Amino acid sequence: MTGSESLLSVHKLRKWFPVKSTALFGEKQYVKAVNDITLDIRRGETLGVVGESGCGKTTLGRTMIRLIEPTGGRIVFEGKDLTGLNEKQMRLMRKDLQIMFQDPYGSLNPRMTVGDIITEPYVFQKMYTKKERVEKAVELMKICGLDPVYIRRYPHEFSGGQRQRIGIARSLALRPKFLVCDEPVSALDVSIQSQIINLLMDLQQEFGLTYLFISHNLSVVYHMVDRIAVMYLGNLVELADKEELYRDTAHPYTRALLKSIPSLDFREEHRLRAALKGDIPSPINPPKGCVFHTRCESCTERCRTQTPPLREIAPRHMVACHLYEGQGKLVEQQ
Amino acid sequence: MGLLKRKNDVYSALIEGAEGVAYTSFYHDAMRRLKKDKIAMVCLFVVAALIIIAIFAPFIAPYEEDYMDVGNELARPSSEHLLGTDEFGRDILSRIIFGSRVSLMVGVVAEAIAVFIGLVVGAIAGYYGGKVDAVLSRIIEIFASFPHILFAIVVMFVLGTGIMNVFIAIGVVGWTGLARVIRSQIMQLKQKEYVEAARASGGRNMQIIFRHLIPNCLSTIIVVATMNIPSDIMYEASLSFLGLGVQPPQASWGSMISEARKFIRQYPEYSVFPGIALIVTVLAFNLLGDALRDALDPRLKNL
Ligand SMILES: Nc1ncnc2c1ncn2[C@@H]1O[C@H](COP(=O)(O)OP(=O)(O)O)[C@@H](O)[C@H]1O
Ligand code: SF4
Ligand SMILES: [Mg+2]
Repeated sequence: MTGSESLLSVHKLRKWFPVKSTALFGEKQYVKAVNDITLDIRRGETLGVVGESGCGKTTLGRTMIRLIEPTGGRIVFEGKDLTGLNEKQMRLMRKDLQIMFQDPYGSLNPRMTVGDIITEPYVFQKMYTKKERVEKAVELMKICGLDPVYIRRYPHEFSGGQRQRIGIARSLALRPKFLVCDEPVSALDVSIQSQIINLLMDLQQEFGLTYLFISHNLSVVYHMVDRIAVMYLGNLVELADKEELYRDTAHPYTRALLKSIPSLDFREEHRLRAALKGDIPSPINPPKGCVFHTRCESCTERCRTQTPPLREIAPRHMVACHLYEGQGKLVEQQ
Repeated sequence: MGLLKRKNDVYSALIEGAEGVAYTSFYHDAMRRLKKDKIAMVCLFVVAALIIIAIFAPFIAPYEEDYMDVGNELARPSSEHLLGTDEFGRDILSRIIFGSRVSLMVGVVAEAIAVFIGLVVGAIAGYYGGKVDAVLSRIIEIFASFPHILFAIVVMFVLGTGIMNVFIAIGVVGWTGLARVIRSQIMQLKQKEYVEAARASGGRNMQIIFRHLIPNCLSTIIVVATMNIPSDIMYEASLSFLGLGVQPPQASWGSMISEARKFIRQYPEYSVFPGIALIVTVLAFNLLGDALRDALDPRLKNL
């Protein structure tokens, strides 16, 4: 199902949040939530994004669809540069780029009925008549496994899993091509998680969707995705097909991350904290050179000063680490 | 969305089985809670009665507002004049009944002005934040730091006396509390993911403010406005007491108390009756505001 054609790609995408500085003088400080990330998502695939909480996954997903304005870099969707679009052009573009959220409570307006929630995107895009909108809502509810007789109910009358289904229905209303799923099951009961994942996978088949699937839980990601991007402190450290990533793990951080999941048949059953020495550094002053050097066991003098570039060490296997210098080729970052 | 029940609209026509499905909006829940509150229901009854009296004043009042029973000035309560007459022989009961119009109009019109200003300023400051917020917050502080009644007097001097100007003065003075509450609420609400979702599907700022943010502030607006009405009524009474409000012969409870002051020793009932009307009204709105707060928005308790 995965084509090789690129649907959306980002080039040196950057989002730095300015920090309110306490010092009157001195350098302006930033949280480098997304720091020069280059990757590309192919039509019909699911790209998983993993990394510890706070590493910038949410920011990456939202910046990718310009829900957050990037500080720098380019976003190319179907050959068009999104960063160059004005507000009006971007608003039209939003039909193709949708997002669904983690929190089944905060993501639905408590004062709106399910029908109003699901059809709101049509209001913004000035699509369909009132009657057609209701018909669409009924159809979307059915597709997402909700009984349309509850169309006039309010969000608080539904369970967490049903609320996520409402959120999915809303994000599908405009028939998008690309959907960012920001930890869509993290807030749900384990027994419900697989239902929602299965629904997302069915919908992908049915509508030819392309997903960016964000999760801090590698075992959830594994069932869902084709490729995995690993983030650490705002940087992309490794990107590969999921089998390749598990088989030929290249980056020391990915290795530690995988070690921390006992359920995936890895010999060491350490948690991530045990697998890594030290604490995660502050994102405000990330380490110079390789951002991971403070916790890396293979760290050399060079890692402290030079940022490792992203290299393609095997076909479609990208890694940013000095250990692989000379292997494969540098990823062009225009 | 709102306090009114929806009619069987386009939904039931399209969906089989949707007729019988119960649904409870937030406001239905709140109304249910409110109906259980006995004090609230009494207050609601008083307020409703007041509204009816104000609307039908000419039919209910035994005399015209300005009818002078010459030769029967400062009469004690009697069957002819149930609450007596004033120094011009005007029927006090009738003037209290007509005066309810002024008090209610102050509650409605002045508070509507205050809500409008407070909502616009608070929503813009909270939504846009940054420099806009910094400027608007200073303006709120400036308006809030004047003593209200003094400020209203200044406004009245500028605008001149007259009932419409009383409304404006009270409205212009009384919006800062609401603006503050709305500002901080919008600041929290705008970070909700449903706002993000609206933006993601192309919602404009104004659409987001009107569809998502203000509806979620509605209970706060209702509560704060209801709780402000008693003080608005008191401000009108004070302004009229000071001679800046309604102009004779129009009656207002405040102006009646002011005039009655001169006769308080000989004819205490002259000032007592409008005073009772004022207290009952203010109390009813106050308690109703409390009950609405409990039913709609308990978070406002420490306001
Ligand atoms: N609006 C914002 N303003 C300032 N800092 C932010 C903002 N949003 C996120 N951050 C910071 O950016 C970093 C990445 O956050 P986030 O993208 O939410 O990570 P994740 O989703 O991986 O947990 C965190 O350090 C967070 O504090
Ligand atoms: S670049 Fe150096 S510090 Fe960074 S992951 Fe590779 S070996 Fe470790
Ligand atoms: Mg996140």
